[in-house]
Formats: sequence, C-alpha cells, structure tokens
Amino acid sequence: MMSDTTSVIFDAPGPRGRLVGRVVGALGLVVVIGLGAMFVWALRDQVLNWDFWARILEPTTWVDYVIPGALNTLKAALLAVVFAGVFGLIFGVMRLSHLKVFSIPAGIIVEFFRAVPVLILMLFFNAIFVAASLGDIAPFWGVVLGLTLYNGSVIAELVRSGVHSLPKGQSEGGQAVGLTRSQILTAILLPQAITAMLPSLLSQFVVVIKDTALGYIINYPDLLRMIQTLYSSGGTMVGLIFAAACYIVINYTMTLFASWVERRLRSRRAGKSVGTGMVPVAGTANTNGRPDA
Amino acid sequence: MLNDLLGLVKDFNVLQALGFTVLLTVVGSIGAFIIGTLIAVLRLSPVTALRFFGTAYVNLIRNTPLTIVAFFCVSGLFLAMNWTLLPQGTDIKYQGLAWGCVALAVYHATFVAEAIRSGVNTVPLGQAEAARAIGLPFLGTIREVILPQAMRGAIAPLGNTLIALTKNTTVLSTVSSLELSAAMKNMIEDRPDLLALVFLLIALLFVILTLPVGSFFTHLSKKLVVSR
Repeated sequence: MMSDTTSVIFDAPGPRGRLVGRVVGALGLVVVIGLGAMFVWALRDQVLNWDFWARILEPTTWVDYVIPGALNTLKAALLAVVFAGVFGLIFGVMRLSHLKVFSIPAGIIVEFFRAVPVLILMLFFNAIFVAASLGDIAPFWGVVLGLTLYNGSVIAELVRSGVHSLPKGQSEGGQAVGLTRSQILTAILLPQAITAMLPSLLSQFVVVIKDTALGYIINYPDLLRMIQTLYSSGGTMVGLIFAAACYIVINYTMTLFASWVERRLRSRRAGKSVGTGMVPVAGTANTNGRPDA
Repeated sequence: MLNDLLGLVKDFNVLQALGFTVLLTVVGSIGAFIIGTLIAVLRLSPVTALRFFGTAYVNLIRNTPLTIVAFFCVSGLFLAMNWTLLPQGTDIKYQGLAWGCVALAVYHATFVAEAIRSGVNTVPLGQAEAARAIGLPFLGTIREVILPQAMRGAIAPLGNTLIALTKNTTVLSTVSSLELSAAMKNMIEDRPDLLALVFLLIALLFVILTLPVGSFFTHLSKKLVVSR
C-alpha cells in the first residue's frame, strides 16, 4: 500500500539485506512490545483490572451510555456538516464573486473563523444560549454552531480552491457558448468542483466527529462524556482507552470510505481530484495526508 | 468600551495567559516535530515491522480526539498515576501544563509525519535513484538527499500543523487553568455582561497569533521551494 512511495528509496533487499531487515524488525518488535509491557505494568492499578474491562461487556453500558453518547456525537456532527456545507457553499461562491462587496466581506469572515479555535467559538455560543436562559439546549447548539462556522470556513476554502483548480478552458467554453458568469459557475464550475472536493469533504467529516469531543468541555453529553460518566467511580484510563477505541473505529471507517470514494472518482474521471493534500486546511490538518490510500 | 477591555486584560491576567499559550505552542511544536520526523522515517524504512509501527501510530493517534489524548496524559498519567514530569514540589498547575505539552506533541506528531511524507512525495524518483547509484545506504539517502528536499516541500503543511497546534492549545483548558481559553472561561463566568467583548478579545489574540505564522510559512514555502 505504500510501496509506490517507498520502494524507490531503497533497493529491493538481497539475502543479507532481508536477514538484516528481519533482525532489525524482530528487535524493533521486541523493543516495542517490551516498552508497551513496561508501560502497562506501570499502569497496572488502572489498566490491569478486569472489573473495569468487564463493564464494557455489560448490556447496560451500551444501551444507557455508549449508544446514546454515540448518537449525540453523530447528531451534532451531521447537523454541523450540513450547516457547514451550506455556509461553505455560500461563502465560497461569495469569495469567488467578481463584485468586491461580496468577495471582501466573505474573505474576512472566512479567514476570521479559520483563525479562531473551535473551542473558543463553542464557549462563546454556549454562553450566548445560557445568557438567553436557554441553558438546556446551550451545549448542543454551542457544539453545532462552533463546528459549523469553523468547518464552513474550511469548506468555503475548498470550494474556492476547487473552482480555481479547474482548467481555464471550462469557463472559456462557457463564455464561448454565451453563458453569464453565474450560469458558468452554477452549471459548469461548481458541479465539477464539488465532485472533486468529495474526498476532502469526507475527511473533513472525520475532523468534525473528532471535534465534537470538544463538546465535553461545555458539558455536551457526547460519547466521551457518557463514557467518562460510566467510569466516574474509577477506571479512568480504561474508560479513556475504550472511548479512544470507539472514536478510532468510527473515524477509521470514515477515512477508508473517503479513500474508496477518492479512488472511484479518480478512475471515473480524467481530471484530477483536488483535495486531501493540495488544499491548505488550517485546523486539525487532518487533510494534509492522503488517508492511507 | 476601551476601559472595559483594559479592565479585562488587567483583571484576568490575559497577557500571562497569552504567554502560556505561546509557551505551550513552542514546546509542543518542538516535541511534535521531533516525534513526527522519527515516525516519518519509520514509515519510509525498508523494515516492514518499523513501517507497520509508524503506520499504526499515525492511524491510531490521528483518529483519536485530542481531548482524549489530553485526558489520558493529564487525568490518567498525571492525576491517577501521579507521574510527574517536573521536579517534585512544583505547583500542580505547571505539572499539568507539562503533561499538556506531551499530549500536544504526541497528537500533532502524526500530522508532522504526514506532512513530511507528503513532502517526500514531492521529491522525484531520480533523486533517490541517484543517491542509491552513488552507493549511499538507506539512512544516508534519507538524511543527505531525501529529507532536506522533503522538508522544503513540507513547509506549507508543516505551517498548517503549527497553526492547528496553536489553536489546539485551547483544548488544554480542561486540564490547566493557565492559558487563553481558561482565561476566557473565567471572564465569561465573572463578567457575563461583557460576553461579546470577551469573545472578540480572545478571538483577536488568536488571529494575531496565527495569521502572521500562516503568511510567514506561505512566504517561506514559496521562497524555499525546490525549483524543478
């Protein structure tokens, strides 16, 4: 899976090289396992306690904590992604506009929300809802609005760079058949740009799911908080490992799905897909590396 | 308005909080750079087991929320296990901060590794082939030929990672009461009447922290790009 990038750096190893490789590999494995075992042993009070692990197997754990928590996480993430998509499309198109009254304010807003940490946005919106004495829904909307503004700005940048990455002939062709600027944008450029953006959008969804865990800090009952509640009477570290495993499963599945979509798009179209890696995305920088394709 | 602003800055030690945010960023990014480079080299190495270890590290840590990594370090390793990084007797706040730096470094190392790997992808095949042709071994190829060029190609994503790290220091507000988002929490609690001003103040400080870094790295990546 990585041979295409790595095999050029070293020769295909000969018999001696393979032997050295195996020895180094075995040594490395021993060191890693040894360090891991030392680590686990040092943490034995916390980690090597079957009672803590047994809790994962109980049905009530899943029914009362994990599934509601995961649903809360996914609910906030999905809503945020939909809102962010709308926000990103509107502001991305505004930034592409030739009218400065649209492009300049849109540029300022997008750059501002990309520079402000998501948690700061969440704290702010949470406090606004609390001040409006809507304390019940404050954490949820704090999470959703914070994620929407940040990720919407990232998507606006994706839209802009997606349109810019299209060959010039596309818009020239539109002009040649007499379309107006907005017709060119909506009928020719955006559909192609959005298809090309799909993989990056999906990996942005992974970023959103991860960032919902920030909702913990403003008391949103997401997956992390539910699992923490479950382990509030001890076994903190087992709880954290369990929570991490849940997030890894969810996110790794999404990442695999994103790279599957990307492969499909690549094989279907002649044009190259923009996205993971080519678009500067501030924030979690998850889109920097192509999800292990 | 201006008086309110100055009052906030003075009453809540905003400048000190800003200093701690910068400190976390600097220490965290140095750690992330060192671990990330190591992981990137592991992922490029000819030994399958090392490659597997590098890939596993990246995939596991990258898909875990930073909040969990921070809790693992601070409430797990520090508070539950009572492992300390700074000498005994140091204020608990600073101990938590030190573990916070570890969490930042461990988490962002994956993005550094991915950035360097994407930088390696910009180095043409011929470079590695030429290095092998003159008889350089693997580490020589990496150190003398690949990494210097890859680092130049990786500057833009590395800059993005640094900006992300600066912003992610806010996640540590749960575990240390010293940096900007913790200051913001205190301000919201004590002065709810100035909510909008508090938000603008903190947001502006982050804009001031991140925008110059962004344009500096863009400038650097254009200046140092390997012309081919």
